[in-house]
Amino acid sequence: MALEIRDIHKHFGPVRANDGVSITVGEGSLHGILGENGAGKSTLMKILSGFYEADSGAVVLDGEVLTLRSPADAIAVGIGMLHQDPLVFLPFTVLDNFVLGSPGPVRLDRSNARTELERVSTELGFSFDPAALARDLTVGERQQLEITRLIWLGARVLIFDEPTTGISATQRIQLFATLRALAEHGMIVLFVSHKLEEVEELCDSVTVIRRGKVVFEAPMPVAPELLVEEMFGKVFVADEREPVALGGPVLRLESVSVDDGKTHLDALDFEGAAGEVVGLAGLEGSGQRTLLRACAGLLTPTAGHLSVDGVDLTHVSYRGHLAVGVHYLPAGRLEEGLVEGISVTEHLVLTSHDRRFLVDWKGAEAAADRVIDEYSIKGRPSSPAEALSGGNQQRLLLAMIPEDVRLLLLEHPTRGLDVESAAFVWKRLLERRTDGATIIFASADLEELLTYSDRIVVFFGGSVFAVRDTASTDGEELGYLIGGKERV
Amino acid sequence: MENTLNSIIAAAAPLVIMTMGESITEKSGVVNLSLEGSLRLSAMTGFAVAFWAGHAFAGFVAAAVVGAAIAAIIAATSIRLRLNQIAVGFVLTLLAADLASFLGDSLVGERGPRVPPLPIPVLSDIPFVGKVLFDHDLVVYASFLAIAVTWWHFYRTRSGLNLQGVGERPEGAFARGIKVNTLRFWYTVLGGAMVGIAGAAYSLDIKLGWRETLTLNLGWIALAIVIFGGWHPLRVAFGAYLFGALQVMAFQLQDVFPGLAQVLPIAPFPLMILALVFVYSSWFRRIGDRLPRVRNLFGSEAPAALGTVFERE
Repeated sequence: MALEIRDIHKHFGPVRANDGVSITVGEGSLHGILGENGAGKSTLMKILSGFYEADSGAVVLDGEVLTLRSPADAIAVGIGMLHQDPLVFLPFTVLDNFVLGSPGPVRLDRSNARTELERVSTELGFSFDPAALARDLTVGERQQLEITRLIWLGARVLIFDEPTTGISATQRIQLFATLRALAEHGMIVLFVSHKLEEVEELCDSVTVIRRGKVVFEAPMPVAPELLVEEMFGKVFVADEREPVALGGPVLRLESVSVDDGKTHLDALDFEGAAGEVVGLAGLEGSGQRTLLRACAGLLTPTAGHLSVDGVDLTHVSYRGHLAVGVHYLPAGRLEEGLVEGISVTEHLVLTSHDRRFLVDWKGAEAAADRVIDEYSIKGRPSSPAEALSGGNQQRLLLAMIPEDVRLLLLEHPTRGLDVESAAFVWKRLLERRTDGATIIFASADLEELLTYSDRIVVFFGGSVFAVRDTASTDGEELGYLIGGKERV
Repeated sequence: MENTLNSIIAAAAPLVIMTMGESITEKSGVVNLSLEGSLRLSAMTGFAVAFWAGHAFAGFVAAAVVGAAIAAIIAATSIRLRLNQIAVGFVLTLLAADLASFLGDSLVGERGPRVPPLPIPVLSDIPFVGKVLFDHDLVVYASFLAIAVTWWHFYRTRSGLNLQGVGERPEGAFARGIKVNTLRFWYTVLGGAMVGIAGAAYSLDIKLGWRETLTLNLGWIALAIVIFGGWHPLRVAFGAYLFGALQVMAFQLQDVFPGLAQVLPIAPFPLMILALVFVYSSWFRRIGDRLPRVRNLFGSEAPAALGTVFERE
């Protein structure tokens, strides 16, 4: 069995998302498809799985040219896709999610389906409670459920689109083991990612896509520098960060207690100095977000005192925090950070300090053009926020940070961004540090924490578990601390 | 007592058929907001056709076609033209209601054919139960069938599960090979036809005759009952019967407590609001987390994609 993608073309308006892509993958192969955000990998996978129809070109499986008009066609020939956000039905049970869309008689035989679910999931080494609701599963378990379903439907080619977004480290290890096992059983596994290290760790061979074209193909291992060069078209060097002399304290927390309904932080003392970068580490929901939101003024502390530049902000509203130079960039860029449906220009007008009644749209558009240029945002002044890719949304958010910011609070500042965008984001952020701002950021990426922080605060189970100077710790120790253990 | 129950079940039959229809439509993710207007126009058309043809059955067929046609407009404009379902539904409500008044003007006061009573032999002789459940006409039996079939279809069949998937997460359903927009179109048309049948039931079975105020507000009430019933056929049916009971009680109490009789028919609305407040309270959520069965019994969650347009990007 071999999968052959022949000269696929697909354009959206003037954008050539796929411009003559050809890839051949053999049986039992774990093949990585690597490329930066917007390179055209997702489009190609959606063509393979029947979501899109290609403008021209062919997909050939086992020497047979396939007609892929809809996902139904793809499933029928054994091509299954696991989407970045697993497409499960949250209020439905695991069992109903498993059978939904499967062929069979009108009357649904749930007891038979339960047996099948058990059989296939056991073969794959998963275990499910068929009666549990999908919403109570973790993202990793939802993926397992989808894998089980696709295998049951007879998938021979499995496509994984950025499957490691939003799952824990343990689940990632388990997922990778599953993918290897699937390939060993003779399946074709396509692993789509923009994360170099994952492709290095997992894949037997790799195809790099850049601007809709295949630019590189080779069996693994391949030198990482070479892959980076192929992905971005130039060798990328992370900027060495210059040391900045720390100033006086900007943020001060005195035995602050705060509760967001899920996590409770108790009697927390903390200080952030001017020019300091503090990284917040920990498993999701350990208290990092609670701290950030308390500092931003979105949660009111139940006890203690919180001040910025000596101004007591304990019971001051979000607006009051903004007034003294506190700025918060939430993880949900489109949900909380930007407004869906309004353009880049309009966003910049919303955050400008211009208090005139009438908006000078000409001037605003010119200003937007300048910002787009300065932050290399791929988009036009009239592009609505949701039309920008994740990296470009983050660039727009950066552009919206006021000049005189004193305390910058960031939640997963580079999540989902490719290496180049992430480096850009940090370059811009570190500039603020030189101006004497304090930066506090939460991240799940240990490398990011170690590269950019002066100090790392590790949260565990709703309290500060450890504080380390970045110079005196390493990734291994952080791994232990995040898990709530001291290094042995 | 058994006579009262008998009248409640008969009085609620059209409302049951209509709310089952709307539940089916909304489960697929489409809101047919035009119920108030569809109901009135189909009641008028049903009466007119039955009057001229001299047969009630012809009226029901015509009314179903009218209801289905209005529903088809909503589905088609939403799917093809991506128009807002609420806006189109509301405009159609006004249009259909006025059209019914205009076209039906000459029919006011006419007497037409009616649905003949059809007690089921043997079963209707069972004491109490026979009178309550089996001494009715075809419309009432159809309302029983509507509840049973809707429930069975939603929860026991493959196509019913697909239907729920389409209303919950259309892109997920599409990824599983389901034709999202085709299903949505036909379920909306089916739901609309059921609304039409309910309309004819009012003018040919319940009230006999056409006048402008025949079905006043019942369409809106049906929409509210579907929400109150949490899109679950059995709970929706319960809501319809509760409303029927209040109507019958109001009628019977008219002479004794005229004031109370006026208040009763609107009592369901504050009750519905209270029920929703209860279901969405954090207190109920905590109970629901501990006892999933209780949550499933009372919890009402709208189909997540209700009122949205699905496009294959």
